[in-house]
Amino acid sequence: MNKDTIIQISDLTKRYGEILAVDHINFEVNKGEVFGFLGPNGAGKTTTIRMLTGLSNPTDGKASILGFDISSQIVQIKKRIGVVPEISNLYDDLTAFGNLLFMAQLYGVPSRERKKKAEELLKIFRLYERKDSLFRTFSRGMKRALTIAAALIHNPEVLFLDEPTIGLDVVASRSLRNLISNLRRQGITVFLTTHYLEEADLLCDRVAILVKGKILAIDTPESLKAKTDKNSLEEVFMKITGLEPEVLAIEKGK
Amino acid sequence: MKKESKMWRDNLRGIFYIALKDLRTYYLKGSAVSWGIVFPITWILAFYLRNPQDFKELVPGLIAMTILFSTTATETVVINFELRLGSLERLLLAPISIASVLLGKVLGGVIFGFLMTTVVTIGSMIMLGLHPNVLYLILIIIPSLFVFSSLGALLCLMVREIFEAQTLLNFPRFLMVFLSGVVYPVSKMPTALQYVAYVLPLSYTVDGLQLSFSGGLSKMVYFYTLILFGFFILFIFPAVKLLHKKFE
Repeated sequence: MNKDTIIQISDLTKRYGEILAVDHINFEVNKGEVFGFLGPNGAGKTTTIRMLTGLSNPTDGKASILGFDISSQIVQIKKRIGVVPEISNLYDDLTAFGNLLFMAQLYGVPSRERKKKAEELLKIFRLYERKDSLFRTFSRGMKRALTIAAALIHNPEVLFLDEPTIGLDVVASRSLRNLISNLRRQGITVFLTTHYLEEADLLCDRVAILVKGKILAIDTPESLKAKTDKNSLEEVFMKITGLEPEVLAIEKGK
Repeated sequence: MKKESKMWRDNLRGIFYIALKDLRTYYLKGSAVSWGIVFPITWILAFYLRNPQDFKELVPGLIAMTILFSTTATETVVINFELRLGSLERLLLAPISIASVLLGKVLGGVIFGFLMTTVVTIGSMIMLGLHPNVLYLILIIIPSLFVFSSLGALLCLMVREIFEAQTLLNFPRFLMVFLSGVVYPVSKMPTALQYVAYVLPLSYTVDGLQLSFSGGLSKMVYFYTLILFGFFILFIFPAVKLLHKKFE
């Protein structure tokens, strides 16, 4: 592990009874990278995030984040990571400001900094005007933005984003992509899962393609395109996952 | 050592803020407060109208019932609601232990129950001119609040839906109301039912409260406090395990 390695995963495995959800995966994520974790539904993306963030125990294998082991030092890890789950799961009956303040309290942000940090994030996410509005009154895009803001309240070094733009309109998705680019500029390592391959192509320094719990490819989007002689990450994805013949057959059927 | 004390501090902070958030967002709302107040008042009136002369004897049972219903009614809804919305998962992502998350939830129910029980207890004392032993009251009420709040947490984690939790909870609740001496003294029950009564935590709450109001001194109160603490441990440990399992 070199000094720039932030996430190191070796033989990480998750089994639910007979189902092998994550099958001995290995990879590393470096400091300041936007790392895309791509795969079809049920590939094991969310299961991997859940193991890395302490919500689920691995069946086998090891992983460390910022040098801390996920099995024995998860609290140390949780202090240093931010997580944006697939569902915007803040509190409907708290205001935008109240939600951020609660997260700051929970993460032990010093009391003198909480208010300032919450207001700063509300301004960055253009939600300051609505700071006293209840979360339930927000649009889907605003809810997503506030959920990301909540994950940043304690200045995490690594941010996990599970399908961040799912269900967002074009404008909200674009604004979110700009935000992720800004986070990278600030040196935050971003671990991103997405279905949107165009988004991954635009944002990610490297991507891993996961199918049925196994990593089939891992590289920069450009290298993957060159290796497979394809023009877009979507075509790369189709080829690597073996979905290409199916798509061609459907297109021929037209 | 320093690291451990920091972890304790983080956990205690988490417990406190989760409880505070729950009080703000769920408990101190009109519907919860009215349920917490109206329910015991309805029972008090029903019993008072039935038999005004012996009403004083029913006060420990009514306080016990307030403890039972105020801690469990909203708690089950809160936990299942947050499980469904995914906001409980957010708490589990925080740098505190899973037990602290659940204790925060339990503490929310305890504080709410304490407020409701205080209203009913002080109200009864003023209206009926009762002078209980306050230390005994505290020694019985506080652990009882923890026992029933953790029972609520345990039962709601055993099911998936809010209505299932309420249904499941009604069984021990009504069993305890009828067998723990709330309305009918345990000593006058058939022997078999007396055995059942003493495996129910509410029996110790009712007995302990009766001793508090009897005016005398009794070491049994301390013994009941220990038993109630044992019930709390008995409920909270499997509840933590179940919560962990829910996210596996």
